[in-house]
Amino acid sequence: MSVDLVHFSPFSALVGGLLIGFAAALLVLGNGRIAGISGIIGSLLDTTSSDRAWRAAFVLGLFAAPWIFKLFTALPPVTIASSPPVLVVAGLLVGIGTRYASGCTSGHGVCGLSRGSARSLAATVTFMAMGFFAVFVTRHLLGF
Amino acid sequence: MPILNALLAGLIFGAGLLVSGMANPAKVLGFLDIAGNWDPSLAFVMAGAIAIGSVGFAMARRRKYSLFDAAMLLPTASRIDRRVLAGSAMFGAGWGLAGFCPGPALVCVGSGEFGAMLFVVAMLVGMKIFALAEQRPSQTNGS
Repeated sequence: MSVDLVHFSPFSALVGGLLIGFAAALLVLGNGRIAGISGIIGSLLDTTSSDRAWRAAFVLGLFAAPWIFKLFTALPPVTIASSPPVLVVAGLLVGIGTRYASGCTSGHGVCGLSRGSARSLAATVTFMAMGFFAVFVTRHLLGF
Repeated sequence: MPILNALLAGLIFGAGLLVSGMANPAKVLGFLDIAGNWDPSLAFVMAGAIAIGSVGFAMARRRKYSLFDAAMLLPTASRIDRRVLAGSAMFGAGWGLAGFCPGPALVCVGSGEFGAMLFVVAMLVGMKIFALAEQRPSQTNGS
């Protein structure tokens, strides 16, 4: 293991994190709801669920964020190195897994840990561990 | 007003994902690659988010209604069961495979990334598969 000092960006990471935390606080204080992206999308997919307007508005905000961002400064680079089949398998796993676990990085990671939920801590430790493991297998054992 | 608030929260959340580097799968995979050339940046995203988030949730817990008079709906599930562990393990495997989790993928769909669109379509299919599988055996209500 070595630390990648070329890409290490603690300042922008911290500022971005503060924005994410602020958005989660804004949603819970204003709407009384958890900013959990997988739960929000899952409920939008369920045509029988009520209370869809705020969810649609939140998702619209996520979609529009890069457009508003671009008005002020250049968008940060995005590199998607995975091949289409890998993206599809990853998407399926993320879709099923987050709904089964009732949360993802935002609902369990950001909001759950902010609430001090032991259940969310267990979720976060599990998905982080599996994330580390998946990268270890694909990069160092299979050599993707 | 509550709808506008949700829109604003989504915009700020998305901006945070962009600024932090979470919306870049290469950055996420660099963070998850502890055995290689490790980029610890994303630990700072979590630290920043929880620093503000915990204040927000501490304030929310003392209220019965939100600022716009909606009921405060905080999760009540506390059991660490098979669902949360197996589901999170699946999610983590997918996250580590491509470097995308749901929020950043949606933001990258907004900026027109083809790979993100492919991932999101597969993710929506996965969510739908889960919903159909849940309906069938019994009417247990998860969350």
